[in-house]
Amino acid sequence: MLTLDRRLFLKGASLIGCSAAAHPFMNSMTFAALPGENRLVVIILRGAMDGLDAIQPYGDPMLRKLRSSLSVGPENGALDLDGFFALHPRLETLLPLWRTGELAFAHAVSTPYRDKRSHFDGQDVLEAGTGNDLPVDRRVGGWLNRLLQATPGAIAETAYSVGVEQMKILTGEAAHLSWAPRASLNLSPQAQLLLEHVYHDDPLFREAAQGAVQISAETSDIGKIPGPTADAQALAAFTASRLNAESRIAAFSIPGWDSHANQPPVLGRGLDRLAAAILKLREGLGPNWDRTTVLAMTEFGRTVRENGSGGTDHGTGGALLMAGGAIRGGRAFGDWPGLDEGQLYADRDLMPVRDIRAYAAWAMHGLFGIERDTLERAIFPGLDLGGDPGMLA
Amino acid sequence: MSFGFPELAAIRLGFGLSPRMSPPADVRTVLAGPAGAGPDAGAMTTERASDLARLFNEGRRARRDKLPEPPETQEAARQLGILPVEDLRRRVIRALDDPIGFGERLVQFWSDHFTIRAVNKVHNGLAMAFVDEAIRPHVNGRFEDMFFAADTHPMMLIYLDQISSRGPNSPFAKKRPERNFGLNENLAREALELHSLGVDADYDQHDVRELAKLLTGLSFSHNQGFAYRPLWAEPGSETVLGQSYGGRRRGGLDDIRAVFRDISRRPETALHLSRKLAVHFVSDQPSEDLVGSMAAVWRDSGGDLAQVYRVLVSHPDLATELRRKVRQPFDFCVAGLRALGMRGEQIARLDLPVFRRIAWGPVEAMGQPWGRPKGPDGWPEEADAWIASQTLAARINWSLRIPRLLLDELPDPRDMLVSAFGGTQSAELTWAVPKAESAAEGVALILASGDFSRR
Repeated sequence: MLTLDRRLFLKGASLIGCSAAAHPFMNSMTFAALPGENRLVVIILRGAMDGLDAIQPYGDPMLRKLRSSLSVGPENGALDLDGFFALHPRLETLLPLWRTGELAFAHAVSTPYRDKRSHFDGQDVLEAGTGNDLPVDRRVGGWLNRLLQATPGAIAETAYSVGVEQMKILTGEAAHLSWAPRASLNLSPQAQLLLEHVYHDDPLFREAAQGAVQISAETSDIGKIPGPTADAQALAAFTASRLNAESRIAAFSIPGWDSHANQPPVLGRGLDRLAAAILKLREGLGPNWDRTTVLAMTEFGRTVRENGSGGTDHGTGGALLMAGGAIRGGRAFGDWPGLDEGQLYADRDLMPVRDIRAYAAWAMHGLFGIERDTLERAIFPGLDLGGDPGMLA
Repeated sequence: MSFGFPELAAIRLGFGLSPRMSPPADVRTVLAGPAGAGPDAGAMTTERASDLARLFNEGRRARRDKLPEPPETQEAARQLGILPVEDLRRRVIRALDDPIGFGERLVQFWSDHFTIRAVNKVHNGLAMAFVDEAIRPHVNGRFEDMFFAADTHPMMLIYLDQISSRGPNSPFAKKRPERNFGLNENLAREALELHSLGVDADYDQHDVRELAKLLTGLSFSHNQGFAYRPLWAEPGSETVLGQSYGGRRRGGLDDIRAVFRDISRRPETALHLSRKLAVHFVSDQPSEDLVGSMAAVWRDSGGDLAQVYRVLVSHPDLATELRRKVRQPFDFCVAGLRALGMRGEQIARLDLPVFRRIAWGPVEAMGQPWGRPKGPDGWPEEADAWIASQTLAARINWSLRIPRLLLDELPDPRDMLVSAFGGTQSAELTWAVPKAESAAEGVALILASGDFSRR
């Protein structure tokens, strides 16, 4: 006879024919304590986006002196935002969002990671949300996962890691789901029961399989979008579909920002994807966009000086992009540190003026009501939140 | 049921058991494997890759200028387009036909350690040449030779932007002040951080920069090939990790070889790479005894890889840590084909679209698009990086569909259970397989099981 764990059996069996929402056990969990109606999407831009090119501080006269062919300002096609900053032309489709207050940025932000400028460690620190008090390889678990742990009523469906890639920002003790827009699964009921049996004592396989059966049943064929930005749009469309249902938190990544040489096409492709993803989120979320905050974060900025191959190298201070109907957009947050001699970090990078985690923390405070103390001690251990930048509408 | 070293070695160090082959009898047999992992008759060379690239570029120019495109340039473009799939096919075939598998696993490990990626189609040939020229010849040799070969290989020079790096005070850059030629630190940084010492080692930005200066002069183009160009090189000597190099500007390549040799023999490199090998082959958290023993042999032997492998292969952790690791998608597909009794020649005969359905598409869906790792740190090692809902769905789908696609007659699942696991499988799987509704589902259950995905 089958010796399946009863709860597992019930959950699995319910998923063969009907959606998870129709199952009494899951319903009761879901409606007992939803973590509110607000939504948070974190997009990790892997490879270190050049913030000085994406959002060009053309009002700083040093920019032109340090970059002869990059970040060339409104006189060369960038889109003026406020008389000091200009949007890269490849972000033109986002300009209307700036005007309606659904787009903003903070320049010169960084994690506490310094000086070695490794992408992988930089991303690990960004996703871990920890300070420099732990060695890199001991940083386990991401800050979105700790947010889940601090959110009453959070269940696996609350948070989604979207895409094939592992998102360390969501790993940790709290359950979450992950799925790629193009995956699907067709199992006979008997095959499913037997698989549940062989996975039963292996939590990694057991939980992944439960998720696969469930999500596959719930999601249609999102992801058949053509064109060069199809990948980013598919991630965004899937994310929107889950956030319109029971999820409130999602993370995915857009890689390809490492512009060591010949930066314009490299950065241009990245910005195309980012813009397409944000617009797709807005479209897909519909009315829920008004309750959504999107944070696009990168592991660090790039060198202020253009290098010998028309690109930029790994730097320190970078830019955080914010979008969503929930934000108070159309403005630049934070102070401008300047690009003059003596104002750069290590004489090469944009000087960070604020910890990027503080913006994420204030967003979580405003969206989910997480207390300052929890944010400073549990979610971003050791972080001083500082004053509220007032980024939410 | 009992099993011994042969089963363990085939599963943990190779691509799993096959109904057609005996597993390796002992440590000596396993260690004889890597010597056979050298380049074969079908090996790609930089020269051939450059021929294809030149023809491709010629065709591109013709198209740009709206001129008729000669048949040979069209053919070069076609070949470059299918090279990555054919490369995967070649790797699958060698892995299937290798009786031990350890050598091909090492090729995979070291190719991933020295990650490269053909960002443009024109470099697809060069990416294959990288493995045949820089990795395969040194898999059973000394690490310093592989390190030098890999980090000075044209594909690496292109991937990590070294070909655009110039000494800021080089004659070349001095003559062109308006062009803003300068250093690119990318290769130097990865050489220290990823390829040798490890990021936690005691080096700093100064070492990166000095190494970057020392590496100026390395050049490659498809038209002119690989060359060391003294006119690109930063004059004077450089100090890397406290050791001075250069100063005799004409001997640049010798200086570069010397710095790679010295870095290879440092204790940090011995420890970093011993740990990495142990993590890949044994456990995400390898024991200090295993790592320490390997590192000691590395230090004593000056990085003689064959001696380091001996520690790994004969260590008791090989048995005690069974099934701590998850097979990466490439390994999973090869192991699945092996367990189904497939031979290399059968894979070689498949139409390209069928082969794409069997391996190219699936490894991508399982999270490891062939030849396209996202960054120079290569593929992750942790089990949970490979088993998530969507990637497990891809493994299950492969297990359901591919055996039926390849075989007219499926194996009896009860026999396959024995031939694929050699007694190592769990009681749950032994219980479940005979209860499958059909042979197809029984076979799928075996391949989709955690037992099979773990090694």
